[in-house]
Amino acid sequence: MSTALAPKHQRLVLVIVAMVALIGAALLAIWALKDQASFFYVPSELAAVKPTPDQALRLGGMVETGSLKTAADGVTITFIVGDGDARVPVRYRGIVPDLFEEGSGVVADGHLGADGVFVAETLLAKHDENYVPRELQDMTAAQKREVVSETR
Amino acid sequence: MIAEFGLAALWLAAVLAALQLGAGIVTLRREDEVLAALVRPAAIVQGALAALSFGALLLLFYRTDLSVKLVAANSHSLKPLLFKLAGAWGNHEGSMLLWVTVMALSGALIALLERRLPERTMLATLAAQAFVGLGFYVFILAFSNPFERLPQPELEGMGLNPLLQDIGLALHPPTLYFGYVGLSVAFSFAVGALLTRQVTPAFARTMRPWVLGAWIFLTLGITAGSYWAYYELGWGGWWFWDPVENASLMPWLAATALLHSVSVLAARDALRAWTILLGVVAFSMSMVGTFLVRSGVLTSVHAFAVDPERGTILLILLALYIGSALVLFALRAGTVAEGERFSVTSREAALVMNNVGLSAILAIVLLGTLYPLVTEAFGVRVSVGPPYFNPVAAMFLLPMLAVLAVGPLLRWRRDSIERVRGPVVLAGVIAVAALVAVLLAGVSGILQILGFALAAAVAVGSVLPLKGRSLRRLPLATWGMVLAHFGVAVSIFGMAADAAWTKERLIALHVGETTQVGPWKVDLAGVEPVAGPNWTALEASLLVSYKGGEPVYVAPQLRSFWSPPQQTSESALLTRWNGQLYSILGEEAEGERWQLRLWWKPFVTFIWYGGVLIGLGGLLALIGRVRLDLKRRYVTARGKRVRGEAPDAA
Repeated sequence: MSTALAPKHQRLVLVIVAMVALIGAALLAIWALKDQASFFYVPSELAAVKPTPDQALRLGGMVETGSLKTAADGVTITFIVGDGDARVPVRYRGIVPDLFEEGSGVVADGHLGADGVFVAETLLAKHDENYVPRELQDMTAAQKREVVSETR
Repeated sequence: MIAEFGLAALWLAAVLAALQLGAGIVTLRREDEVLAALVRPAAIVQGALAALSFGALLLLFYRTDLSVKLVAANSHSLKPLLFKLAGAWGNHEGSMLLWVTVMALSGALIALLERRLPERTMLATLAAQAFVGLGFYVFILAFSNPFERLPQPELEGMGLNPLLQDIGLALHPPTLYFGYVGLSVAFSFAVGALLTRQVTPAFARTMRPWVLGAWIFLTLGITAGSYWAYYELGWGGWWFWDPVENASLMPWLAATALLHSVSVLAARDALRAWTILLGVVAFSMSMVGTFLVRSGVLTSVHAFAVDPERGTILLILLALYIGSALVLFALRAGTVAEGERFSVTSREAALVMNNVGLSAILAIVLLGTLYPLVTEAFGVRVSVGPPYFNPVAAMFLLPMLAVLAVGPLLRWRRDSIERVRGPVVLAGVIAVAALVAVLLAGVSGILQILGFALAAAVAVGSVLPLKGRSLRRLPLATWGMVLAHFGVAVSIFGMAADAAWTKERLIALHVGETTQVGPWKVDLAGVEPVAGPNWTALEASLLVSYKGGEPVYVAPQLRSFWSPPQQTSESALLTRWNGQLYSILGEEAEGERWQLRLWWKPFVTFIWYGGVLIGLGGLLALIGRVRLDLKRRYVTARGKRVRGEAPDAA
């Protein structure tokens, strides 16, 4: 069963195989990226987009002072993320990152539940003076000033 | 004085790189014995000077010389010695110096050792190496001087990010850098071969040990980095598709493809142009990785302070090197004659599948990593994570694993499926048996199920090439291949097991209370303060027992560093042969309870055992190849002596 390729065209065939695979991979990647990339919103944007519950999102903003509460199980927290214009309630089950606190910036990975509560799977807080989640860097100047002044 | 000495050595090294490049270019255009004789010594001295310069930086960190800006910003007199030294490369300036030092040292090594290729090709190779090195010297000297003095010495250093104060940091970046920069040698060889039109099996045999060496470092570096992220970040995961992780994975994918195609070129004189292209791509991916990490374009746990100016310069260097190499390839690829042919059922064809699959995965990872940058240009901020990478990469990985189970059984050039029917059926039966077994065990999730099945098939397929061969006379390189492929199976099994069987418990406990995670009973015996050299911590004593067996203590900590002030969670791991118990201490919750996060991760360790096996396989192959080359060289030299010729350099 030695299906030798027509010798003249072997290189051409190899080039075509490689191109088809790579272009296929690229198309697949682009299609999947449109579907699977999670978009970043601040609370006022989130109110406008109305995402579905199965859509992966990132929510960024300030943890509102006085909003942080721990549930009876001791490991579920709820708090409100605001950006000055809108407020979104967030629920998170887990151990909070080291620099997470009221009045400082946070980015939450998760999805918006049907009840309007954002269910976070991970929380990213301001890491240290050299590291701010990229999204927080791009907040409006006023939000940024607030983050910087609060977390310094 | 040490700082000035280090800087002077760096300047001299840069001058020598310029000389090496200039002399190389001239000798390519016309015969010039004097200049040609300069290139190799220039490369060797350049390597020595760069090493001296990096040594000076290490010495500054060893002494905690606070008059040097970099030391003051990244070290502290109270830091343990190992982390003082590691501080030398745990920052932008130092890591760039390490990069260029490794690059210069590998250039020096090829200048010193390699005598198999035509001298013109060697000179072109060394010139290419100097061309790349020179750009990085200029970058360091002009924009990123690690030896800069402060006008006034600081009284105390600023310390180092506590997350990075870990044995993992001490070893992980240098290991990766040896890999990244080792690929520069493959790049330079590829450019040298293109310039002098010498794409031959001899070229492939010369390049192979360097590719192997770089690949071993990358493999071990990625394995260590994955384990470091696993226990240090405290999130229980072992791969996050973080841009910086991807930055190390992409060169590895390209290097793995290159390693296999260079074998085809060496053994069969096929895939010539493709091997050259991969040589260019592999190092390009190293540079893309460095750019992503060092420029601050992507911020991540690993990235350091953002500096747009440096980012721009690095981008220019990147475009210059990748662009010029690709242009050279486009101009010369047509003149590389087509290699030997092979049939669809042959070892070569299987390796082509491997190469195509790896390249496709590389494209997927590259696009996923760059996508957020592209959308950001349009004002849309997104992040790309496991929901994209896992399934899309698996679509190419899983078929590749199937080919991997069978490919090594095929003969070169032309083979038939009939001849290998027995082993193929065996691997298939094992795969189906594993599939049925995990389905019966209640595993759900298509990726996990296929992962188990293919891991079983690859494990069997990887040792089948040993069948019917005299084990004592089997070349070391073949042992290496078998071991590395078996390592792939082990690692895939670990990944599938972790995904399928991990049990998690998140709970707040009073001291004295007990909880259960998987087969483990966990008892919170107490929480006590403890102190280390530059931190204090709360330490939980957990009394854990496996299926009612003898209880053992584990002690996760919540550490507070004071310079810089920062808290970190130190996970505590209990390793058994069949998995790990992973525990994290959180904060104190209401009512004197302590937050605990516990995971039982069956066979998770196999992920890294597999990685180590793959690296060891590479090492065996490297030793085997080098030994064979030395023997061949000795025999040739003796043959010449017998015939009364001078043992020449070629």
